[in-house]
Order: sequence, then C-alpha cells, then structure tokens
Amino acid sequence: MAPATRALLANRMPTTRSGRWTMLTALAVGWVLAYGVNGWFWDRVFVDLLALDPSTRGTSAAHFFCYDLVKIALLLSGIIFVVTILRSFMSIERTRALLGGRREGVGNVAAGALGVVTPFCSCSAVPAFIGFVSAGIPLGVTLSFLIASPLVNEVAIGLLLSLFGLKVTALYVGSGLLIAIGAGWVLGRMRLERWVEPFVFETRLDGQVIDATAGLTFEQRIRMGFEEVGSVLRRIGPYLVVGIGIGAAIHGWAPEDLFTRYAGPGAVLGVPIAVLIGIPLYSNAAGILPLVESLHDKGMPMGTLLAFMMAVVALSLPEMILLRQVLKVQLLAIYVGVVALGIIGVGYLFNVVLA
Amino acid sequence: MIIKVLGPGCRNCRDLEAATRRALDELGTSAELEKVTDYPTIARYGVMATPALVIDERVVCSGRVPGADEITAFLLSASPPPT
Repeated sequence: MAPATRALLANRMPTTRSGRWTMLTALAVGWVLAYGVNGWFWDRVFVDLLALDPSTRGTSAAHFFCYDLVKIALLLSGIIFVVTILRSFMSIERTRALLGGRREGVGNVAAGALGVVTPFCSCSAVPAFIGFVSAGIPLGVTLSFLIASPLVNEVAIGLLLSLFGLKVTALYVGSGLLIAIGAGWVLGRMRLERWVEPFVFETRLDGQVIDATAGLTFEQRIRMGFEEVGSVLRRIGPYLVVGIGIGAAIHGWAPEDLFTRYAGPGAVLGVPIAVLIGIPLYSNAAGILPLVESLHDKGMPMGTLLAFMMAVVALSLPEMILLRQVLKVQLLAIYVGVVALGIIGVGYLFNVVLA
Repeated sequence: MIIKVLGPGCRNCRDLEAATRRALDELGTSAELEKVTDYPTIARYGVMATPALVIDERVVCSGRVPGADEITAFLLSASPPPT
C-alpha cells in the first residue's frame, strides 16, 4: 500500500476497542447496503438517467460490466478482509513445523490442507520451497503444498460460493485438493530429487526462525486486513477489468449457442483445449471468475470452465519462471504435465457429474 | 547499524525498503541499508516469507510489511538513542 495511504490509515484507525468495533460494524452495514442496491442502481443509471434500451446488445454489455465490476470488487474486499484476519493466525513457519517429520502420503494430505489455510504469496514460492526442502520435508509433500496454495484458497472459495453456489464450490475444493495431494504424491514417488537445483539441499538455515504472524494485536490484524484488500485490489485490478470486460462482451454479443456448438457437452476435446489455453495465462481466481461466469451463462459446461480456471491459477508462466530457480527444466516439465493431467481428469469428471 | 531488506524485489519488498528509509530519516539514525535479493542468502536467514527485515544480522520481521510505528520500534530496540 502506498506510504501516504498507509500513514492515513494508521492515523484514522480508532484507538479504542469500542471505536474499532463501531468502525467495523459501520463498514459491514455499508458493505451490505452497497451490495444490495448495486443492481437497482445501475438499472436506474442506464434506463432512467441515460434512457437506454436495456435489451440492446451494447447496453446489456455495459450494464453487465458496471454491475459485475462493483459486485466482484465488493465481494473481493469483504472476502479478503475476513480471510486475511483469519489467516493471520496461521503462518508458513507453523505449516512447516506441522509438516516436519511426516511421511509421504499423510504428508501430502496435510500439505494440501495446509496449502489452503496458510497465508502465502506466490513471490515467496522460492524461499518457502528452500525452507521446506532443507528442513527435510519430502519433495512431493512440498510440491503438494505449492500446488494447493494458489489452486484452492479461501478467496476462490468465497467467490465460487457467491457466484455458483455450494455444489460447484464443494466439487472445486474437493477436486483441487485431490489434484494437489495426488500430483504431489506421484511426483514424490518418481524420485526426482536429482532435478532439484543442488544449492537447495546445500542451504543451511542459520538464522533463527521468526514466526511472521505470532503475537500480533487485534488492531494489527485489522490493519493487515485493510492493507491486504488495498494491495490485492490494486494488484489484480487490471486483470479484473479485463476479465469482466471480456465477460461483458461475451454477455452482450456472443450468440447463445456459440459455445454449446464448439465446446458444449458433446465436444470431447473441450477440456484439454481449455487447459492448454489456460496454462500460459496468468491471473488468479478473482480475475478469472467473472469470465467463467459469463461463459457459463452462454452454455459452456461447468467442468470445462473449472478446468480452465484451475489451469490458469495453478500453472502460469511467471510462476514457472520463479520455480525454475530451484527446479531444473525436466522436473518443471513433469510437474506441469502431472498437474495438467490431473486438471483434465477433473474437468471430464465435472462435466459428467454436473451435466 | 546494518539493516537488510530481504526479498526478490516485488512490490512489498520495495514498500518495506521505503518505509524503513523513512523511519531512519525520522529518527536521524545513520545506518547502512542493503537489499538482499538472491534466494540462497534469503533462505540462509531462515526466512520463508518475504519481505523480511534484518537488523544487525537478526531477523526482526518477515512475511509482511510492518507499520511505520513498528519499524521505528525495531530500530530503537536495536540501537537505543543516546541519552
């Protein structure tokens, strides 16, 4: 967060306990109100104020864009704030301690589950990898953690719940964990340690380990929540606008049967093609879900869409470039291959289950 | 006093560096501020979540950008002002 905003925020934070709760309550009420009047507000703007015909394609797309941008921004802010505060009771150091000494199998399951709740930013993927492996945690277990962390996080869960409901969310979380656990286990069984850059095993951890979030006051946790909302929104803002923009264009102009014809339930290759398109793309769950939403409205099957989303968030070019510093190309290629196969399998499964 | 900011150079690391510089200026403390960006060295400090702040080879904070008041407190406890 920009220094000026940070200073402002620090000064504005109420210093008393009751003051903090009053502020949080006021924000919650404001959030619910804004979320509630969002649709009504844009109806008034487009129909009454601008006197546009809501059934034309352009108006329909513009309305979708404004409505969805506000809706997703509100959902994200709320979810990130709550999740950051909850996650501030967990840390990567505690996760490593919990994984230490676990065998493969049990370790993969624990790593997948911990990947969901541990606060983790992909720019820390490399130090976390070194920290895990040099502490003796098996390679496959470490990879389970690294796969689960971007794939199944609380922000994705919250957004999926609000956009698609419980059934889709449960399937997504279950299968995401299955991919992380399964792919990590398979990669561990392959004994690929020779393709980890040697310096990782040679690294000795001299420094004393410091727990990133231990002993924070509640005020600091709230402040972290606000800062995280600001920082995530600024970081993913462009992706969000592009994602919702494409979503709006599809909403307004794409013919109803475009996707059912080319990527509908009958199209056998829909899932692998969606995954192949998704791998190099870089976005996160929040940037990709508005697009998924409007493609789903146009009849694209949910399994194909979720496979696309998983490929986008779990595998991306920037992340591969980061991981290349600790993994050799061969291991990186096998990693991408195994995870992609898992995602494709899950996509087909979803198309059958949700058909 | 030697201060190091550990991190590969993402936005959080730059924020931490700027905040630390400001805190130093406000205190009027002279200190060497060094950026550590290579992963083996970062890992050797036991840091698994960047950015991290190291004062005189001691990690005081990692995984988040602490508030200005916190940074000031870290600096003061590492080198108390002359009385």
